[in-house]
Formats: sequence, structure tokens, C-alpha cells
Amino acid sequence: MSAPKPSEITPEPLYRRRREFLKQSIGIGLFAATGKASALVLPRGPFPRRDEADGEKVTPWKYATTYNNFYEFGTDKEDPAENARRLRTDSWSVTVEGECERPGTLALEDLVRPHALEERIYRLRCVEGWSMVIPWLGFPLAALIKRFRPTSKAKYVVFETLYDPEQMPGQRWPILEWPYVEGLRMDEALHPLTILAVGMYGKVLPNQNGAPLRLVVPWKYGFKSIKSIVRIRFQERQPVTTWMRAAPREYGFYANVNPHVDHPRWSQKKERRIGEFFKRDTLMFNGYAEEVAHLYRGMDLGKYF
Amino acid sequence: MRGKAALFLLCLLPAGWLLFAALTDRLGANPIEAVTRGTGDWALRFLLITLAITPLARLTGWRSLIGYRRLFGLYAFFYASLHLLCYLWLDQFFDWAEIGHDLLERPFITLGMLSWAMLVPLAATSNRRMMRRMGRRWKHLHRTIYLIAPLAVVHFFLLVKADWREPLLYLLVTVALLGMRIPVVRARRRQPAH
Ligand code: HEM
Repeated sequence: MSAPKPSEITPEPLYRRRREFLKQSIGIGLFAATGKASALVLPRGPFPRRDEADGEKVTPWKYATTYNNFYEFGTDKEDPAENARRLRTDSWSVTVEGECERPGTLALEDLVRPHALEERIYRLRCVEGWSMVIPWLGFPLAALIKRFRPTSKAKYVVFETLYDPEQMPGQRWPILEWPYVEGLRMDEALHPLTILAVGMYGKVLPNQNGAPLRLVVPWKYGFKSIKSIVRIRFQERQPVTTWMRAAPREYGFYANVNPHVDHPRWSQKKERRIGEFFKRDTLMFNGYAEEVAHLYRGMDLGKYF
Repeated sequence: MRGKAALFLLCLLPAGWLLFAALTDRLGANPIEAVTRGTGDWALRFLLITLAITPLARLTGWRSLIGYRRLFGLYAFFYASLHLLCYLWLDQFFDWAEIGHDLLERPFITLGMLSWAMLVPLAATSNRRMMRRMGRRWKHLHRTIYLIAPLAVVHFFLLVKADWREPLLYLLVTVALLGMRIPVVRARRRQPAH
């Protein structure tokens, strides 16, 4: 990506404010830098819980943390669990930029601390035809967006994953165009089901699951839920996301879970829930139609796949 | 004879391991995918091993290697059939409408199926009696493996999402093995010995 414009660099007052926050946060003791594996120390639970998976059985932790698509750490499902150990999530910062009134670069703690964490149990449907049920720990993306005061030109929110081949050995090969880019239309980003997660199963996110900060959009195929986010940008134009660039016929911007629109190379009618033998029917919008179908009223979902 | 029996058992090891691993929860979160892929991988490997026998025998002068070619070829068919069964059963649960749809709509399934179907007559005629009865026609028929191997590699290419390194490796091996059979290449290799 292009170098940041001068206007995108953290303004000095904001930077100083961030230091203030950091001091306070240590005082409060909610979040503190451990200096080791993870920058985030989660506040003590229990967290308010919302089961958005209709009481379905949660996928065992063992599977959710060893069967991952995270090409930055290798393309086999077992690779991320092995290679993501190299990722250092301490002193992580996130740049928020573009069409908003308060752009800046924030330490992760400062980005997360104002938000009360909640547990959301969501179905996760991968475009490859398998699915899981994951108890995420996070907060609504909408609440974060509001803090940065997007302007009227902010029609889309774009996210970027860290680019650092030292820590992410998968990036040494041009398998995808790095860094990984994803995006949402503003109304999708503001939808109450859309969250930023910092944990799962009551713990800090494991690196292979997108530590320290990832998106979770439960009615879209898994690849939309970008991991290890370092940049959030508001913009007017619809972005070209990584998978759209890699195979425009196969991956669209919307990527809503839809059993009626097949991937060109395989059917999307059914899915295999990890841990189950038989396949089950895939639900429209992954079972969240009641909540999200109105976002796409009047759109041809075969065209805008 | 002892050697052949040992080889026979050795070639069963991948299948045995997949079965053992599946029954003892060693295949990870998605064992069905692992078995489908494992059998596909071994089908392709045995196809390429089969293709390697003749050039290897010629290069090393180890003529008796040729005697093992049929065993490897039959194992390619065995693993391809297990692989097909995985698809028909564990992937589609014998939903014939969906399978028919896949065959028509999805080139990687079409090519996989074509590769398997083309292996059937080779497996069926892989004995001495058929060899004798068919004469020259046997040789022509069994040369279709020169087509089956690249078809199977294309099948692999077509199912990959973004990481083409592995099918590329198989493609290089296939091209090399087929290249050694081009008369010019063969003649050039033989020249220094004259
Ligand atoms: C000579 C015959 C065949 C060979 C050599 C072959 C080989 C392969 C190989 C090497 C793979 C990739 C495995 C991996 O990702 O590591 C594969 C995957 C696959 N093959 Fe085949 N194949 C053959 C026939 C078939 C047939 C007849 C079908 C079904 C009609 C089929 C369906 C599949 C499917 C569905 C996958 C994808 C598995 C997945 O992505 O989970 N193949 N095959």
C-alpha cells in the first residue's frame, strides 16, 4: 500500500492523549501490557453472553484453534497453529484513517479499553463448505466507528492485516496480494451483529485465530472476518478486497452466506459442521436473515455475490 | 516373490494409516477432508511412480523393475477408487442429482471423474492373459496413462484456491516423466553409449 499521507500521521495531541490513556489503564488494571505474549489482559469475566447460534453446540476449542485459514501463516489448515507463534501482539497499534474527523494511530489498549466486552456465540461458515460455532469475546464495531466520527463521505470501512514477512512467513510467497484487505459497506459495519473480537472461549484470542484484534461478521463467509488488524480506513469507494483480486469470478465484495448462489467450483447448499459426520443445510445469511436481510433488499444477490 | 509381497504391503500403508488415524481421531478437525485429500494425493503419487518405472529401468539398467509396474498401476487405481468413494459417500452421501450436477458444472470434478474412468480399462486389462490376447492394442490402450496423469494434475490445479505450489510440483514431475519418453530426448540420452 502507499505510504501514509502527512495528514494520516498521528497528530501530536492525540499521541500524547494515548500516553495518558495508557497510564490510566494501568491504574485501572483492566488492561495492562504483560510484556510477553499478548498486550491485552482481559478483564475478569463473566461477560454478558448472547447466544446467537440458537443453542447449537460450541465447537471444541481444540478444533477451533488447529483448523484455520490464515494464509499469512501457511495455506494448510494446521499451519497457522504451528507458525503463528512468531506473531508478537505486544505493542500493537491500529491506525484509523480516511474519511473521519478523528484519525490517528492508537495503541491497542486505547482502542479497546472504552468498550465493554461481551460474549457472542456465532456460527462461522467458511466459503469452503465447513462451519463451526464460536463464542467470541468482543464489542460492536459500530461503537468503535462512532468514536472516530466518520464523515458523510465514509461509505465503506476497509481493514488491513499486518504485513510483516518476518512474523508472518506465509507472506514470503505471493500467494495472495499482501497485506490482506477486507471491507464492509457502512451499514454492514454498523450492524449490531458485526463485532471486533479480542478473545474467544473466555480467553485472549490465540494468534492463529487473528490476535490481537479481528473482525467477526457472522452472516458472511469466513474470509470477510479479517484477522490481526492494523489499519481501519473510511472511504467513499468500494474497496477491492484480497480475494476479489485473486479470483474475481469466485469471490465478491459481499460474500454473504447464501445456499442459492454456488461458488463456481462447488455447491454452497450444504456444509459440514466440524465434529459432525453428516452435512447440514446451509442457512440463508448463515441463519441471520431476520437480522440482516433488510440490508440487501432489492439487490440481486446472484450478481452481488 | 518375497519382495513383491513386501511391496504389496508397503503400498497399503498409506491406506492403513488413514484408516487407523481416522478411527483414533488423529486426522484433525475435518477427518473426512483429510481422507479425501490423502487418497487423492496417493492416487496421483502412484500414477507418477508407475510412470517413473520405465525410464528408471532404462536409466539404471535394472530391467526387473518393469515387473513391479503393474502393482503400482493397480495401486493408483485402488487409491483413486477410494478417493472417488470418499467423494460419492462422505462428500455427497450418494445424492445422485447433486453428483450429476457437479459432473456437468464443475470442471475439477469432471476431470477427476474422467481420469478415474480412464483408469478402469487399464486396471481391467492389467493381467498377462489380456496382454497376450490384445497384442498391440494392449500397448496402445495402456499408453492412455500419458493422458491420465496430466488430467489428474489439472484436476488438482482446478481445485486449489490460491496456493499453486503443490500441484505445480506434481506438474513438473509429470512433464519430466513424459518428456523422457519423447523419442528425440530418448535418442539424445542414448547417444554417448554408442
Ligand atoms: C485418477 C484419478 C484422480 C486423482 C489422481 C486425483 C487426485 C487428487 C488430488 C491430488 C487431490 C488434492 C489433494 C490435496 O489437496 O492434497 C484431489 C482432490 C479432490 N478430488 Fe481427486 N483425483 C482423482 C479423481 C477424482 C474423482 C473421480 C473425484 C470425484 C468425482 C475427485 C474428487 C476430488 C475432490 C472433491 C477433491 C477435493 C478435496 C478437498 O478439497 O477437500 N477426484 N484429487
